[in-house]
Amino acid sequence: MANSTRPFLSLRGIRKTFAAAGGTTIALNGVDLEIERGSFVSVIGSSGCGKSTLLQIMAGLIEPTSGNVMIEGCKVDGPPRNVIYVFQQYTRSLFPWKTVERNVAFGLENREQLPKEAIAARTREYISLVKLTGFERHYPWQLSGGMQQRVAIARALACRPDVLLMDEPFSAVDALTRVGLQELVRSLWRELGITVVFVTHDVDEGVYLSTRVVALGRPPATVAIDLPIELPHPRDQIATRALPEYLDYRGRLLAQLFAEEGLAARGAA
Amino acid sequence: MSPSIETEAARLPATAPPKPGRRVSLIWKTRWFGVGFIVLLLALWEIAAASGAVPSMSFPRMSAVMVTWWELIVSGELLGELVPSLWRMFAGYFVGVALGVALGLLMGYFRFFYSLLEPVTEVLRPIPSPAYLPIVILFLGIDDEMKIFMIAFASLFPVLLNTYSGVRSVDPIQLQTARTFGVTGWKLLWQIVLPSAAPYIFTGMRVSLAVALIVMVISEMVAASSGIGYFILSAQRGFKIREMFAGVLTLAIVGYVLNRLFVAIENRVLAWHYGYTVQQRN
Repeated sequence: MANSTRPFLSLRGIRKTFAAAGGTTIALNGVDLEIERGSFVSVIGSSGCGKSTLLQIMAGLIEPTSGNVMIEGCKVDGPPRNVIYVFQQYTRSLFPWKTVERNVAFGLENREQLPKEAIAARTREYISLVKLTGFERHYPWQLSGGMQQRVAIARALACRPDVLLMDEPFSAVDALTRVGLQELVRSLWRELGITVVFVTHDVDEGVYLSTRVVALGRPPATVAIDLPIELPHPRDQIATRALPEYLDYRGRLLAQLFAEEGLAARGAA
Repeated sequence: MSPSIETEAARLPATAPPKPGRRVSLIWKTRWFGVGFIVLLLALWEIAAASGAVPSMSFPRMSAVMVTWWELIVSGELLGELVPSLWRMFAGYFVGVALGVALGLLMGYFRFFYSLLEPVTEVLRPIPSPAYLPIVILFLGIDDEMKIFMIAFASLFPVLLNTYSGVRSVDPIQLQTARTFGVTGWKLLWQIVLPSAAPYIFTGMRVSLAVALIVMVISEMVAASSGIGYFILSAQRGFKIREMFAGVLTLAIVGYVLNRLFVAIENRVLAWHYGYTVQQRN
């Protein structure tokens, strides 16, 4: 279906500088990236490399110093309608005075011209999609971390965006919850045919989830590696992670990150 | 994933932490302990007045004050004074709160309004309300308009300042989240900023409620022909000492009841907030 010559989502020469004490720091120094419709792209890199900044630029939340983001040929200038950004800090991103139901309906009520019944129906649909049926009347703070992040995901998906931008969405939950959320996001991605850009500092997570992994170098950052991940679908937390190809991708990306950090691969392994 | 386990501990907050004490019920942990102390103080008053330990015409026995109070209630005289007072107080209070919230939101949300209004707020706020009462009388006379204006003006500032602080402390992540869903401008103010600042606004409203009561009494003492403040002062001038005390007793009861009502409303509106803060602390 990706037959058009125009890329679905493109970043051209994204530069971002921040004013800092004693001059400016260059966070991103000319990032070029083209993302196909329906792909699952992970952006990895060491902490502070600007990967979250890059994602926020794609979301239209911050402006690049130069360069531009185009979605389907339209320049991103403020949060685009068909893109939803999921924050890392779910406890702060959910509205504590709204119940799960009201939180999930938030985007629908504000973005779409839908009648009340349609909003209620779609809210129910997405609550059940993230397996939170029965918790509609709970407040976010009455739920565990993993459940709260599922509320945030349901709220994002209920708007039926074309692109879901996720900024280290699972970094604050425990390992098992994380596996559950990974499977949830993967299955939703496959089911809904959306494009996902996923920022993570976890190489394994990136390789396992994605169809492509992009590693940023140290700041001033550019794209250091751009690696298509050709692992078969459906993927399995145990079998896929044991495939030689999986280990090969993982090794190449880790070697790149370690080299950036000046760590010897043996010492870090 | 078993949902029942995950939410077991989290329920809407109870008002007080009911800790299972030892078998001997610890009376000093209950509300009745403090109520008992009030009764003790009243008893001491009674004894002091009855024994002649404080020999003064102006210090009647507590029981006499209570009897007079009851007579004034039954005759309807006290309520006749209280109703116009409460009407003025609430009229002024609600005008003050509405203006305070509106201005506080504007100042917190738009830099323009902050720059414009912050200095004038800081200049007007410290003036004690009795100081400008004579000026207000010149312009508005001594009728209800004057009192409502006085009460509204004095109630405005605590609400304004707290609303402003509430707006400034809205989590930027919440604002950004709303923006990603296309919520900006006035919608953002109404849907995110206002509810998020609500706990602060309620704090201001509670302070203002006390202020409104004070200014109501003061304005009635200076210029009125009705109202509880007028009643107390004219009783004192007519040497009706028991009536004077009965009026003050009425104000104590009114203040207490108003505060309880306020807390009940606050607990309902801000139920989410208590659970949220408990979660944030853990």
